[in-house]
This record gives sequence, structure tokens and C-alpha cells, in this order.
Amino acid sequence: MAETNNNKYAAKDFKSDQEVRWCPGCGDHAILAALQKTLAELDIPKEKYVFVSGIGCSSRLPYYMNTYGFHGIHGRAAAIATGIKIANPDLMVWEMTGDGDALAIGGNHYIHAIRRNIDIKIVLFNNEIYGLTKGQYSPTSKKGLITKTSPYGTIEEPFKVGELTIGANGRFFARTVDYNLQLSSEVYKEAAKFHGTAVVEVVQNCVIFNDGTHDAFTSKENRDENTIILRHGEKMIFGKNRDKGIILKDLKLKVVKIGEDGITEKDILTHDAHEPNPGIHYRLAGMSLPEYPVALGVIRAISTKTYDAAMMEQHERVQAKSKIRTVDELLRSGATWEVK
Amino acid sequence: MGKRSKVIEKDAVVIRFSGDSGDGMQLTGTLFSNTSALFGHDISTFPDYPAEIRAPQGTVGGVSGFQVHIGHKLINTPGDFTDILVAMNPAAIRANVRWLKKGSTIIYDSDNFTEKSIQRAGYKADPFAEDKLDSMNLIAAPITTLVKEALKDMDLDPKTVLRTKNMFALGLIYWLFDSRLKYTEEFIEEKFGKKPLVAEANNKVLRAGYYYGETIEALTPSYRVNRAPIKKGTYRNINGNQATAWGVLAAAEKAGLKLFIGSYPITPATGILEELALRKDMGVKSLQAEDEIAGICTSIGASFAGRMAVTSTSGPGLALKSEALNLAVMTELPLLVIDVQRGGPSTGLPTKTEQADLWQALYGRNGESPIPVIAASTPSDCFRFGFEAAKIAIEHMTPVILLTDGYLANGSEPWRIPSTKDLPSITVPYAVRSDKEFLAYERDPKTLVRKWAIPGTPGLEHRVGGLEKTIKGSVSYIPENHEYMVKTREEKVERIVNELPNLEVLGKKTGDLLVIGWGSTYGHITSAVTELQKEGYAVSAAIFNYIRPLPKNTAKVFAGFDKLLVCELNTGQFANYLRIKHQKYTYNQYNKVQGLPFTITEIKDHCVKLLKGKKNG
Repeated sequence: MAETNNNKYAAKDFKSDQEVRWCPGCGDHAILAALQKTLAELDIPKEKYVFVSGIGCSSRLPYYMNTYGFHGIHGRAAAIATGIKIANPDLMVWEMTGDGDALAIGGNHYIHAIRRNIDIKIVLFNNEIYGLTKGQYSPTSKKGLITKTSPYGTIEEPFKVGELTIGANGRFFARTVDYNLQLSSEVYKEAAKFHGTAVVEVVQNCVIFNDGTHDAFTSKENRDENTIILRHGEKMIFGKNRDKGIILKDLKLKVVKIGEDGITEKDILTHDAHEPNPGIHYRLAGMSLPEYPVALGVIRAISTKTYDAAMMEQHERVQAKSKIRTVDELLRSGATWEVK
Repeated sequence: MGKRSKVIEKDAVVIRFSGDSGDGMQLTGTLFSNTSALFGHDISTFPDYPAEIRAPQGTVGGVSGFQVHIGHKLINTPGDFTDILVAMNPAAIRANVRWLKKGSTIIYDSDNFTEKSIQRAGYKADPFAEDKLDSMNLIAAPITTLVKEALKDMDLDPKTVLRTKNMFALGLIYWLFDSRLKYTEEFIEEKFGKKPLVAEANNKVLRAGYYYGETIEALTPSYRVNRAPIKKGTYRNINGNQATAWGVLAAAEKAGLKLFIGSYPITPATGILEELALRKDMGVKSLQAEDEIAGICTSIGASFAGRMAVTSTSGPGLALKSEALNLAVMTELPLLVIDVQRGGPSTGLPTKTEQADLWQALYGRNGESPIPVIAASTPSDCFRFGFEAAKIAIEHMTPVILLTDGYLANGSEPWRIPSTKDLPSITVPYAVRSDKEFLAYERDPKTLVRKWAIPGTPGLEHRVGGLEKTIKGSVSYIPENHEYMVKTREEKVERIVNELPNLEVLGKKTGDLLVIGWGSTYGHITSAVTELQKEGYAVSAAIFNYIRPLPKNTAKVFAGFDKLLVCELNTGQFANYLRIKHQKYTYNQYNKVQGLPFTITEIKDHCVKLLKGKKNG
């Protein structure tokens, strides 16, 4: 990847003096490290960053970043971030959120930020549990999960972050795993470069309340066979021996083995993250075990006009037509009369 | 126009336009008001309409009214009782009968007084006999027939023809007041510019109404209300929502800040968002948020990023915003929240006025949550208090709640346009980079105000948030720190009092009775008290605009009177607030919760009762 790293910053420049208070072994430590490393490699002045969050373990992250930061209230990070970005489009606004914060209490703001295509970067830590309140099920918890508020197992269907995001007209969706610093850094950079709402789902492990929930595709023994890393322009091939691939058959995705049933590498789909039609991206983002591997990397990235850019353009259009610039001019516009 | 046979000269006249909610009465009333204001009358208006856009036709519940009070002296209220009622149907009579003066003129569309519509309005057969209105000056105008006749040569569908009926009524009223049609004709041309046929029809009917007045001259007197002796200057007509929006804009300009508004549509506050959404020419960024919470949260974000931020709402919306309001309290960011109060609780009476959000504004949040509360008094002084509220928010780094209400929001009056150079200056407490480390909660020792460090500024990177903080901006759970911060936030808001003007007294500083009000009851209370003073009672009035903190001289003012009477449109919220803040006084109450403003008469009657009729000496 061509990066214009002028070595202005090192990762430590983005570390604040606050003591990090996540549990030992929590996936959040790795997410923080990957973000600090990524930001140091981007050529953007530190004072331009604003890290915004809601409430939850993930939302403590802004305190640990030595940038401008805003620790908001539960669920409202997307709305706060929207206000910041509209107020000053020069700022690089990153929202740190979790599955409860973004998809339960903050679901409305989440979908509307995405619908509007506000130029903010949303990092959604998905551990499928409420950690800070000590272990209740979340909107992404697997059906049947036993927690303190579902002692007999949940009876709710979970959201898949990618499906919800693309369904809300999301233009950018990527998925990474907390401990995978290299992949995480890669998708954060893609998100940073993208103009528009960029959602990065980080599959994150809560070591205390939902330990190992993602093991089926994140553990050392499972990850090669059960995940596929998608990169634009590359074939959708995966597996330890890179012998499996994904094809489209009867309007459905299908996992095939290269070399079997006459399948060759040529038959395997090539990932096009820039395809505007969301159909294939929706299916890729929704892939889950046991039928499919879990897709990682940038699944969708289509560039359209951002809300903040459209607003600036509208302002310019109105200003070209209207003569009103000051309050004095405004007060004297329209029907007035003189009393002499 | 020919010479008139009977002309009644009056100081002031109250006219009420009333019909079905689809009859165009709000527009008719507005056009008449603007024409009167342009002529030089002082005016005050009161739109009174149902929440439903098209409530069931012909029913009392569906009646939409617009009252305007015009005069050649100072007009403070839209008037208690009407001199002239324009009634488009029997329901309009029924809905307004209690507001008619003796000897009122009632102009009604006699075509609409069919057996069916009469019964629909709840009458048996004859509305005028049943409501004992026979002695009134009744003018039966077959408006529907006359409108059809006037437009018979035009190629129009029946629906369009009938929709011009309001212009006939307006034309007739213009004749009654010998008014000029020019303003309305121009308005019609502009409104229907793209439909010249419709414009022509409306103007034709307007004139038909006017000429009808000449035809029936023998039946009705006409009125003359002379110009009001108004101070020299440039004037315009303005309603409360528009004035509020412009006041906030003026504050932003004065402070050198750009404005942001994040709001969700809600009656009767929507006009503020609509007004500011127009002002992209002045760089206002407006966002129609996905909900009330997003309205305030986007505003808080914009404030953090360095804009003057405002969110407008009404009672139910303020309830939804309360958690985020506390985020602004905790982060100590400038934010203006405008609550245009309406009848509550819950959805309540969305289109009616009430002052019952006072406690919500003062106390409706978790934790110790000091927020300055300010209330505007008249449609046009919403400009001043919009400005003042924003100034306090910026200079004191705090959320501020500005209370207006449906009565102010929709009511309009002529306004002498100020020059912004005469407005007070606003100093923004920006943080600047220095050798010392920037501490987010370091305060000005005098005002306790922290500095505003704008993202994008190198060297001032810092974090704020809803968790309790130390002076440095670090999260802290230390018990003593929390208590210190709670008390400091409280003290910061209390010290705003040093910059507030004193409470003014209308009348003598001592006497038998002080009538106390706050916000929009100003016009009715001061009118009532002025009349009582003329009648020889030792009564004065004091209307509060600054509610938290209360003006410094409050107790001193109260001490000058034997009795205190607090009048408000709720069950006693301000009276009880005063009982907490100034405990040594006894507060009598006069309250009304009908979704309507006070009348001057009822305030006067109550004062006289309280004084047991005792006059001076």
C-alpha cells in the first residue's frame, strides 16, 4: 500500500496520559494499538482528529487517544459526530461504538448517519454482549445465548452488522478481527481515505462475559478455513491451502473446492468492492458458518457525494442567488414600512 | 370610493376570522393584520386552530380562528372580546359566542347556514336565537353564491371557486375599514404567480367582497381606526418564532460565530427550524434530525466543534432531550435550547398555549443540573431574549433554556427594526495555546467560566464527556472532586446574576398589590394593571424574563407590597419556585390551564377580589 508517511508521528504520539482501564486480555487493547499505529502512518495533522463515542467499554477509547475527544451518552455518538462534521468538515471524525451502543439504543442515529452519508468513520466493536453492565445479551448476541438477562437463552434473532449497514444504504463496510493488527490497519486506512460514512466492524472478544464467542472463525485452528479476506480486484479464494473459493450459483453464493467438479480458479468470483448494486455485498457481509466462511476486509466501498459536501454546495448555490449576508440586511428584507 | 354614511371612530377594534380549518382563515387573518400594520395601526394577533390539518368539517372542534386587535394606541394583547366576527359557518358562531362583545358585528356566510350545518354545529334550528344573538349587528352575506357569481365567466373547477371564499370575506372587511387592497393583491400575485388564472380569481373575489360592502352600506357602519402614534423608524410585522430565530442569528453574528441548528419538527416550534433553514445565504447550517435526541446531540457536536448551536422544540421534545442537556451541563459547552411551550402533559394540546414546562426546564433532569432559564414576553421581544439567551450560553459556556410558547410563536405584532450596532457585544471565551498545558476545566476566577478550545487548533487537544472530570479533564471518581464540581457548576450559573438587568416594576414601587407574571402573560397582566391603576387601585406589575437566576432586586421589589399575586398559565409552578427562592413572602395565585391566554378582564376581576375593592388611601 502506498502511504505518504512523512514520519511526522509515531504511534506513541496518539497515546494520551490516561491509564487504560480495560480488562487484561480484552480485545479493545489491540484495537487501540492498531488505531494509534494507523493514525501515525496517515499524513493528517493530529489536531484534525476528533474521536467521538457513546457509552460502553468501546466508548472509553477517546480518553486514550491524544487527540480531540468527546465521550458522549449512550447511543448518541453518531449524532454527536454528525454535528461535529457538519460544523467543521475539515475535521477527521472517528466514532467508537459497540454493538449495544450503535445497534440497540443508538440504532436510529446509526442508520440515519449512514443514510445521509456523513463523512465519519464508525468503528463498531462487536463482542455480542453488554460488557460494561456486566453481561447482558445485545442485538448481535447469537440466538439462544444464556446471559444474566436471558437465563433460559435469548429468543431474539440477532442483527448482522454488515446487513444492517448495507440495508441502510451503507457505502462502505469492512470487517476485521481485533487481534489482527495488519488487517485492521489496512481497513482503517481504507476507511480513512474513503469519503462518506465508513463502517468497520471489529469482531472483538470480551474475555470476561462472552469469551470465545467468535472462536469458530477467529481461533488459530479455525481462522484459515473459516474466514475469507476480501480485497478489491482479487479472487475470492480462501483456506489454508487456498483451495476453496466462492461462486455465484442460482442467485446464491456457494463455496466450492477448486479442482473438484470441474471448477477452476477462473470460475471463482472476483471481488468488486466498488459495485454500486448492493446485492452481492449484502450477501458477502451476511455469510456465516457453517455454510460459508466469514468475510473480512473491505466488502463494500462505493464513493458517492457526502452529506457535508452536498451541504457546502447548496450553501454556495443559495449564496450566489441571495443578497442577504448580514442580520441588518435580513431584518430589512421583505415587507417593511417607515414611520416618520 | 364614495362617501360613507355611518363611520364609527374607535381607538381599537378586535376582529376574529373564523371557519373550518380548510377555509383559509389563518391566511385571511394574516393578510388583514399585515395590511393594518402597513397602514400604521399597532396590532397584536392570536391564531387559534385545531391540531388536525382538516378536522371534521362544520364541527365546533374543527373551527380555526385568527384574532387580530388593531388600534391607534399601544396594543398589548390580541383582545379579550371581539367587535367583529367573520363566521364562515354555524360552528364558527358556536365556537366564538363566549368571546363576543355586546353589539358586535357578525358577518356570516348565509349560504352555509343550512339545516344540516346548523345541526352539525349543535344548534336546533336558529343559531342566533338559541345563543341570544338577535341584538347583535348581523350581516348575512350569501358568500358562496356571490363568489360563484363573480367567477362564473372563468374556466375554473368548483373546488377552486369555493376556495376563494376567504378572499370575499377579506374584501368585505377591507371595505369596513376603508383599507387598501394593494398589499393583498400583491401577495396573491406572488403566491399564485405560476397559476395566473387562480391569482385572477382570488383578486376578482377580493374586489367582489369589497364592492359588496358598498352595496350593503346602508346595513352596516364602517370603522375608522387612526394610525397609532408610533416611534419613528422602520417597521415590520414579526411573529415570535421568526423573532426568536433572528435573535439567535444576531447573537451568532455579534460573537463572530456561524450558527448551527439541529432540530426535529414539532408544533408549535417548527417555525424556528424553518426560518433558519432558509438562511444558508448567511452560512447557517441546519439539520432536520432523525429525532429530538439527535437534534440536541448534533447541536452539542457542532458546539464542541466551534459553532453557536441551537435546538428548538416543544415540551415533549424537551423531555426527550433532557439526558443530552445534562451532557451539555457536564461538558460546559454553549448551547441554546428553545422550548416553545404548548398544552401538556404528553401530546396534550399541541396547538394551544400553556406555561407548564417551567419545572421541566428548571428541574427535569437527573443529578444536580443547573441551567439558566429565560422567558420571552412578546412576539417581538423573542428577538431580544433569543439574543440574550445565546449571549449567556456563549459567554458562560453553558446550555441555556429559552421559554416561549404557542401564543408568542404564532402571534405577531409590528416591530421597530433595531440596528445590530446597538446590540450588546458578545465575548467568546476562546482558549489560546500557551506554554502551559491546556486544562479543559480551568476557570475564570470571577465568572467560573471554562475556556472553549476548538478542535483543529494545534496544542489544545483534550477530551470532554459525560463522566465527572477533574480540572484537567481526566475522569475522576474522587468523592471530594465530585462535590466540588457540582458546587462549581451551580455557582457558575448563579454568578450570571451579576450581568442581569434588575426586575422592573410597572407602576409605583409600593402599594397594596403586586401582580407577578413571567414570560408571555406580559401583555395581559400589564394591560390589566394599567387599567386598575387608572381606576384608582394601588396595584403594580412585575414580569420576569430571567427565571434562573432571578434578578438581584427580586426580594426588594416584593417587599414594597402588601400582597403578591402570581398569575400564570399552569397550576402554580412559578409561584412555587418563588416559595423556594424567596421564602419569607406569601404568594397568592391566579392560574389558568385551558390552553388559552388570560383575558384582561379575568385578571382585573381577580385583583379587585383580592383587594376586596379597596382603592388608594
